[in-house]
Amino acid sequence: MTSRLRSSLLAPVLAVVFAAVLCAIVLILSGANPGEALGAMIGQVGEGQIAVDIVNSTAIYMLAALAAAIGFHMNLLNIGIEGQYRVGALVAAIVGGALVLPPVLHWLVILLVAAAAGAAWATLPAILKVTRGVHEVLSTIMMNAIAFGLAAFLIRRDQFGILVGNNVTTKPIPSSGQVPGIDLGDRGTVFGLVFLSVVAAAVYGVVLNRTRFGFELKASGLSPTAAAAGGVNAKKMIVVSLLVSGAVAGLVGMPEILGRDHAYTLNFASGYGFAGIGIALLGRNHPVGIAFGSLLWAFLEKSKGALDNVGVPKEIATIMQGAIVLSVVVAYEIVKRMELAAEQRRVGQATGTAVEPEAAK
Amino acid sequence: MTDTEVDTEAAVVLTGITKRFPGVVANSDVHLTVRTGEVHALCGENGAGKSTLMKILYGMQSPDEGDIEVNGERVSFRSPSDAIKAGIGMVHQHFMLADNLTVLENVVLGAEGLHGIGKKARNRIRGLTGSVGLDLDPDTLVERLGVADRQRVEILKVLYRGAKIIILDEPTAVLVPQEVDELFNTLRTMRADGYTFLFISHKLDEVRAIADSITVIRRGTTVGTVDPRTVTTRQLAEMMVGSELPSPETRESTVTDKVVLQVEGLVLETPDGRRLLDALDLTVHSGEVLGIAGVEGNGQTELVETIMGIRRAAAGKVTLDGQNLTRAGTLARREAGIGYIPEDRTRHGLLLTEPLWANRILGYQTRRPTARGAFIDIAGARRDTQRIVEQFDVRTPGIEVAAASLSGGNQQKLVIGRELSGEPKLLIASHPTRGVDVGAQAAIWDHIRAARHNGLAVLLVSADLDELIGLSDSIKVMLRGKFVADADPATVTPEDLGSAMTGAAQVDESGLLVTGGEQ
Repeated sequence: MTSRLRSSLLAPVLAVVFAAVLCAIVLILSGANPGEALGAMIGQVGEGQIAVDIVNSTAIYMLAALAAAIGFHMNLLNIGIEGQYRVGALVAAIVGGALVLPPVLHWLVILLVAAAAGAAWATLPAILKVTRGVHEVLSTIMMNAIAFGLAAFLIRRDQFGILVGNNVTTKPIPSSGQVPGIDLGDRGTVFGLVFLSVVAAAVYGVVLNRTRFGFELKASGLSPTAAAAGGVNAKKMIVVSLLVSGAVAGLVGMPEILGRDHAYTLNFASGYGFAGIGIALLGRNHPVGIAFGSLLWAFLEKSKGALDNVGVPKEIATIMQGAIVLSVVVAYEIVKRMELAAEQRRVGQATGTAVEPEAAK
Repeated sequence: MTDTEVDTEAAVVLTGITKRFPGVVANSDVHLTVRTGEVHALCGENGAGKSTLMKILYGMQSPDEGDIEVNGERVSFRSPSDAIKAGIGMVHQHFMLADNLTVLENVVLGAEGLHGIGKKARNRIRGLTGSVGLDLDPDTLVERLGVADRQRVEILKVLYRGAKIIILDEPTAVLVPQEVDELFNTLRTMRADGYTFLFISHKLDEVRAIADSITVIRRGTTVGTVDPRTVTTRQLAEMMVGSELPSPETRESTVTDKVVLQVEGLVLETPDGRRLLDALDLTVHSGEVLGIAGVEGNGQTELVETIMGIRRAAAGKVTLDGQNLTRAGTLARREAGIGYIPEDRTRHGLLLTEPLWANRILGYQTRRPTARGAFIDIAGARRDTQRIVEQFDVRTPGIEVAAASLSGGNQQKLVIGRELSGEPKLLIASHPTRGVDVGAQAAIWDHIRAARHNGLAVLLVSADLDELIGLSDSIKVMLRGKFVADADPATVTPEDLGSAMTGAAQVDESGLLVTGGEQ
């Protein structure tokens, strides 16, 4: 058990060290002092609403990363989170603006609609995959393009769009459908749906490790052949996991829409889906890992503005994100191999089936 | 080649070879001397370290300690190409041929520098085909060749690269007895031409038939070198195992007239309509072991996977204990009482990176003691894994270790323990002792026999004809997707079965194999 603990800490430590070295090299190459740059970024957290922004972004990234991680367990690369959350957000905003329902129930329904729309957007790739063998990477990328086009069309003023100031938005969601946040005054407002992310991560952890579905999901990813022999229906698992991934993806836009914008606007944020894929890798598909990965990602994203103050282009933060993901993937792979070899050695010694020569005759 | 010196000159001398490795048996202080122009057999049970030793000799791995001498010169190989330069070639157990290329192209591939790819290469190959007993046009596509000819193409490849010392890794594993005899004739001819062979096998009768000297390896170290003319098979086996030998014989019949598995008219087709299984009928009774014999690739794998519901039959009916399973999926079939020991435990039987207890759940994710409703029962799985470890003598320090860290035999015992849990009515066992050591093999046979005694029906597919004859109550021979003969294990010999497997044997009007009637 102690070796297990050691190995679960060894990989992240190794990754952090490696990533820090990489980032330092990048910073030095761009002519900055790494210590100064880091100091500026950490100092930024105390400024204005940055800390609250980081928390809010963490929650959003967590949802996107969980969506990606569900697919990753099956070796499915759901690149379509980007499109799924956009469609989920748009449909939910339109429906939410049109419905008249009591508070709580109203936003619960909006969440369900968002999840359903996200899942629906993942349905076509799932069907194509199991019936025609079309790789989900290709089909989901194409669905992303369609999602962008569809969103641009539906928000036109002759469709569901209305002009608010100089921005085009959907019809605002009435207050019964808004999720109240935690108001911290000058520091900003923490989205109420931050808790949705926490719940989602907890449910994800339980489903994955304790339920039959989670077991079948992991088994299918680890060895499709062994899973099939063990009675796991591979096609069903592909469809279900892609739909669940899509449903979670559909929720990604909800913290912002129900907590701040109360409508889908032309300025709706993009890129969360792709960030989620990186964060799922960073968090090794583990709920706690994803939470920390999201926090780190949000920190880099929100405090990178400070880099300009010390004369470093803030785009360096993007390079850092990439370097960190790369380090984590490499570190975990190395540690995994070391672990297996060590365990084999240990088992060999314990059972006498290995190396140690019996007293040579 | 100076014929006079053939008897004394050493082609290969290994001295004090030691190789340390995590988890598997490596080599410690191995001594081996192979004389020029002999067939030298290297015997040992699976996992004894034969393959590692050969990989060291072939330059795929370098030893931690010890010396290698080839033709009197000390060498140190960094890669197989170094070994090839020194005149050592290796024929792997699993062929490495490109099906869609011709014999010529396969031979020349990667050795274009020797004689080009044109006429010179063709002439060189023509000159060598005779000596490997390959009687065909070098422009034939490899996909048209049978297993025995493919093996000869592999030998041709190493000769073409100039090998005089040839390592054969379990060359007979894929051959039927008649093909083995032909291979041996070829080896004898080549030996007379001055080639030296290192022949790896654990089939002792074959080793005694072909080898000039035999070195036995056990637990990574050489036990001794013996003369096949003076040693008995039993003595050899005891050298290998270091203990009393098991035998697969089933003692008394426990067959009842209660039908457990009934398969009628089972048809499996490829997408283009070729029949992989052609209207198969079979019945297995409670307490009966039905053996399926056949050269690999004649539909045994497909039969097993179709009965398990992993492949979808085009026609036919499968009934288990009166319950119609024709339309059922794999999980439903398992739940109805089928245990399944797949032919490749690492690909189909285990989640290698998961702990043993998680592997206990696989295939049982809907049943107690490993599941409750939609949840898996980790505590129950742990408890039951502990039971299997104890009852089936799985050698492991605990149930938290990854399945990959167990040796092959112990992995297989875990799989068998799992598949005999939950009181199955039928056990489908595909090559249940493949790649496991002799000790584990005996234990596995005992478990199958005990389960049969308790009324289990067993469908046994095996390439080991002794195992098949020893364990089965009746045998069906499979050829190109059909059952071509029935055989009575009490009277049939491996040679008779071998003939039937190649379609050369006679059957009487009831379909029973006519024994003793082969060519």
